[in-house]
Amino acid sequence: MANEGIVILGATSAIARAAAIELGLRGYGLILASRDIEENQALASDVAVRTGANVAALPFEAEDMPGHAAFFARCRDHFGDGLAGVILCFGYLDDQKTAQQDFKIARRTIDVNYTGAVSILELFAAHFEERKKGFICAVSSVAGDRGRQSNYFYGSAKAGLTAYLQGLRNRLFKSGVTVTTVKPGFVDTKMTFGKPNLMLVAPAEKAGKDIVKAALKGKDVVYTPWFWRYIMLIIQHVPETIFKRLKL
Amino acid sequence: MEPFAIQKLSGWGRWPVEECRVYRPEKRRAACDILRTCEGPLIARGLGRSYGDAAVNGGGSVLDYTRLNRMLAFDSDTGVLECEAGVSLAEILDVFVPRGFFLPVLPGTKFVTVGGAIANDIHGKNHHVDGTFSRYVDQLTLLTPAGETLTCSPAENSGVFWATAGGIGLTGLILSARLRLRPIQTAYVKADYVRASNIDEALAVMNRSDERYTYSVGWVDCLSKGARLGRSVLMRANLAAPGDVPHGADPLRPRKKRAKTVPLDFPAFVLNPLSIKAFNSLLYAVYPSVEGKIVDFDTYFCPLDSIGHWNRMYGKNGFAQFQATFPYSERGGLVALLELIGKSSCASFLAVLKRMGAQGPGMLSYPSEGYTITLDIPMRRNLVEILRKMELLVLEHGGRMYAAKDATALPESFAAMYPRLDEFREVKARLDPDNRFSSTQSRRLGITPAREDDHGK
Repeated sequence: MANEGIVILGATSAIARAAAIELGLRGYGLILASRDIEENQALASDVAVRTGANVAALPFEAEDMPGHAAFFARCRDHFGDGLAGVILCFGYLDDQKTAQQDFKIARRTIDVNYTGAVSILELFAAHFEERKKGFICAVSSVAGDRGRQSNYFYGSAKAGLTAYLQGLRNRLFKSGVTVTTVKPGFVDTKMTFGKPNLMLVAPAEKAGKDIVKAALKGKDVVYTPWFWRYIMLIIQHVPETIFKRLKL
Repeated sequence: MEPFAIQKLSGWGRWPVEECRVYRPEKRRAACDILRTCEGPLIARGLGRSYGDAAVNGGGSVLDYTRLNRMLAFDSDTGVLECEAGVSLAEILDVFVPRGFFLPVLPGTKFVTVGGAIANDIHGKNHHVDGTFSRYVDQLTLLTPAGETLTCSPAENSGVFWATAGGIGLTGLILSARLRLRPIQTAYVKADYVRASNIDEALAVMNRSDERYTYSVGWVDCLSKGARLGRSVLMRANLAAPGDVPHGADPLRPRKKRAKTVPLDFPAFVLNPLSIKAFNSLLYAVYPSVEGKIVDFDTYFCPLDSIGHWNRMYGKNGFAQFQATFPYSERGGLVALLELIGKSSCASFLAVLKRMGAQGPGMLSYPSEGYTITLDIPMRRNLVEILRKMELLVLEHGGRMYAAKDATALPESFAAMYPRLDEFREVKARLDPDNRFSSTQSRRLGITPAREDDHGK
């Protein structure tokens, strides 16, 4: 794996950082991609100092879909034949009520979480399919498992991403390329900090390690922490006639 | 707007508890935004290991800096690490000990941040030889209360630098620092353990031979009285050479012990004078005098770190830690303090004695020449009264208390113990004329003016 490299999209989130450190310790080269150039550079230095890995920081905007091809070309040129996989960690969650009043925010939620993700992953998918090796791993969300009034723009975009990854997994199976969907529950990040009454909040380091393990093993769908699979199983099976009355 | 949480916060002693508005930025820009927009006074907080009220802010805001913990650069030729202030000493040890570098100063716990280490200008078991943490800080970047980024070092903006080192977070937000790590060949020390049957003998041994050791500390039994008052086990050590390390062990990677955690608050009766007496006797018994023992870093430097949440042993009401230094000429003060503790039977689970070296240039830096003693007192009805007696005793003997351990001292005592307070206030007034930065502690100690919310406290 000494010459293998992995691209992390949306690298400045706490979960992505934990995944990057884990991969660096395992000896992979890394491209960290984020639209926040300054923070991304600090993060790249951090991962390099901590792990001794080769780490490059590249600018990347999920919403700038016309720019995705050029970004992908830079990643391919950087690692050449060693490009082993991509982990997508970016996401966008704004206040649901604000988004209901301002379609620009709703639209942005869909563009970043779904359309932007599909746009960039298609490029990696085509490359890996042709080479007949590689892995794709994307962070979706338990919010995509059932729509709720408190976050349905975000939830529906993540549901779209989950379905897209299912289809992609089906398509790439015969080329030996794995597609992993990760669904984190509550993780101790900026997204959850300060929210009252959240239970079972997991550390970001744990989520990062789970993602790396699942991606390298080529798992299909993983929940992190694992018990969210069962929580969501129950939530998905509440009859709609009851569910629509709940305050969730 | 950065998200915040309303939290009840305390120091490691779990007392006093204050309601604060807590921010936890993950980007540097967010930290700047918080400084601009937060309500009330602001204080930074790292891993919350100060025991009292230094990193809490009743009615104000607290900036949890633990997510701004990136290592920015390391030069393996010089051993200089540049990192953000939220990096913990534990992380530095994890990353750099296997590469042959050690922290030049390590306190009794590695679960503190670099920012906290600078703000409290911490000391370790090698203070008598190597001085305090700030001595190894080549440069730091400060976000000033006015929102500017200021680089300071002993050569550049040195007034701000020496006000910030030991300045308990009151000069602004420490963003990052350049630390000089120390090259090592092994992660072990070669330790000599000496039993001393009373305080006089302990001090005599320390005075006679401390200079032969880089690291020196003693455990004191606070409960023995009379001729055995202050009986101790002195633990003194130097870094071990590669040839000293047990055969077959990797000199830079000692086997990690599995950490244990105290799962819940102990009921109040668990730690009582009897059980503590038994513990202290046991400690004395299990450490016979022995020379040249090879001990790994974690065991020697941070013995309590192997027990997660050890503060729960004192029960949910918490405890106070007390640390004071008496000048060498005032050993009578130290003896009087031990007698006072014995008399009021406010059992201390563990007391630690150390001979300190010369005072450094930090204006409010605690370490100064003399004997320093550290002890815990579990919560009890007359706790404040006992602490006050101890404070006055320290004052009477020309000693000083450590703000990182304090929750009760009076402003007039603090001013008397820290003669450079006015000099510090001048720098503070220049950087922060509106007192944007203050804490429950700084207002209690009169380092910064009281606010209306503080009345009745």
